Amino acid sequence: MADKKKPLYKEFTKGLIKENPVLRLVLGTCPTLAVTTSVESAIGMGLSASFVLICSNIVISALRKLIPDKVRIPSYIVVIASFTTIVQMLVKAFLPEIDKQLGVYLPLIVVNCIIFGRAEAYAGKNRVIASAVDGVGMGVGFTVALFLMGTIREFFGSGAFYGHRIFPENMPAMTVFILAPGGFFVFGLLMACANKLAEKKGVPKAELKGCSECPMAQSCKIALIDKEKCEENTAKEATAE
Amino acid sequence: MSEEKRLLNVSASPHFRSSDTVTGIMLDVIIAMVPSLLASVYIFGLRVLLVTAVSVLSCVGFEYVSRKIMKRHNTLADLSAVVTGMLLAFNLPVDIPLAMVVIGAAVAIIVAKQFFGGIGQNFVNPALVGRIVLMVSFPVQMSKYGMPFAWQHKGADIVTTATPLSVLGNPASDVQLPRLIEMLLGIRQGSIGEVCAIALIFGFIYLLIRRVIKATIPLCFVGTVALIMLIASKGDLTFVAYEVLSGGLLLGAIFMATDYTTSPVNFKGQVIFAVGCGIITSVIRLFGSLPEGVSFSIIIMNILVPQIEKFTTPKPFGTVKEKKAKEAAQ
Repeated sequence: MADKKKPLYKEFTKGLIKENPVLRLVLGTCPTLAVTTSVESAIGMGLSASFVLICSNIVISALRKLIPDKVRIPSYIVVIASFTTIVQMLVKAFLPEIDKQLGVYLPLIVVNCIIFGRAEAYAGKNRVIASAVDGVGMGVGFTVALFLMGTIREFFGSGAFYGHRIFPENMPAMTVFILAPGGFFVFGLLMACANKLAEKKGVPKAELKGCSECPMAQSCKIALIDKEKCEENTAKEATAE
Repeated sequence: MSEEKRLLNVSASPHFRSSDTVTGIMLDVIIAMVPSLLASVYIFGLRVLLVTAVSVLSCVGFEYVSRKIMKRHNTLADLSAVVTGMLLAFNLPVDIPLAMVVIGAAVAIIVAKQFFGGIGQNFVNPALVGRIVLMVSFPVQMSKYGMPFAWQHKGADIVTTATPLSVLGNPASDVQLPRLIEMLLGIRQGSIGEVCAIALIFGFIYLLIRRVIKATIPLCFVGTVALIMLIASKGDLTFVAYEVLSGGLLLGAIFMATDYTTSPVNFKGQVIFAVGCGIITSVIRLFGSLPEGVSFSIIIMNILVPQIEKFTTPKPFGTVKEKKAKEAAQ
């Protein structure tokens, strides 16, 4: 295996900033925006998703040679769904408060693209231990991102931290932060910070290279027109020179 | 050299040179807003000036600081931040706490304008974003409209009452509507810049004479609202007059929907844009839970402007449409 040489701790640290699932890979944005109105539900979501992620990574990685390629996606879903059910039942039994706050987003972990993305991109191709470490790293990155968002949104949006009011009595909080637009705004700011940090660590700066570089370019009409124009221009320049 | 080629695409002659500058246009807009400001000072008292000054100063301050931090060249001289500051203040009630004005200015300049690249790059009107964020965050303070001339009565700290629009929206209310002539002069409740219809119309005429704006957007906007209200009230002209004169309709139609950056370029696009604004405003006023929808309608149409432009881009002279060209080839 090619990535045997890569030290194991790097599989962990890449999930924190370089490949932070929410802030750099932009996966799992739906729970990120929906449950981060308070720190408590953000941590609850982060931990339960991390649990499912680590367990499913281990199992999928262990079964990777048994699962036929053609039915890998249903198989992954079965594995992920079983762990999600376990988590859901545990949370319902021992933390009914959190269960109420997370509502439908707890069972929706089944279709969380972070877990699915890691299964497809990593666990299905790598050894068990490496996959487990990858799951831990991604889980920590996800939880930290949710925690940061929850902290900012709860602080400004309800003037509190973990349910305890910090703002003085007569100071109104900015409700917009716990509404959807505020969520997108905080998300954007955190993504910008994560990009900056990743740049400092030597990841090349993300560039806009026109529509033809986009993964959707094959099916998108605008990208095709753009590509034609680009080709025309380069042809023109070539003839001019 | 190739970079310059992309930036500046010089077409074949004839070329026009215009003496318009950003600073000049912004100065004209400021001059056009002065009558409303003065009228408002007369109606609501000197606190109007304080709110406006805080808004303008914080807008200018945020513009300077954010350009500095982003290491971009200083754009204070184009006066756009001053215009944004004045428009933001025009959209606020008189008695709003000053800290909230500063927050609104920060949202308008930093989030809506500088994050997207500064003047000419913002996709929505910055002052309106500031207003809407304040409106959503502090609904209580943002809808506490003072009585006109309350500053002359020394007894009460603050006298508040329902705005004409909230009275119109709630037939059971026992608050008296101001007379139409009072609506025209601006002796009613409302935010700083929206009350005095006559002063706003003065500003409109000034902008038209100076050719800063065209009449298309304001007329279509107000006309659409009037038409829909006429149909909705089954021909009650007084109701239509109240709807047109109340709320921020005139302020929005004249000063905010006509922002160059966030409105379409050519005539057809401007008509679509303004009619859309009018329809959304009327729908919110008639069926929404909020009494006023001008700011939301303008923001929504701002976001649609790129699409509108795409559909209304004129065909360059001498070219044939793709379909026709294909037919001709066959």
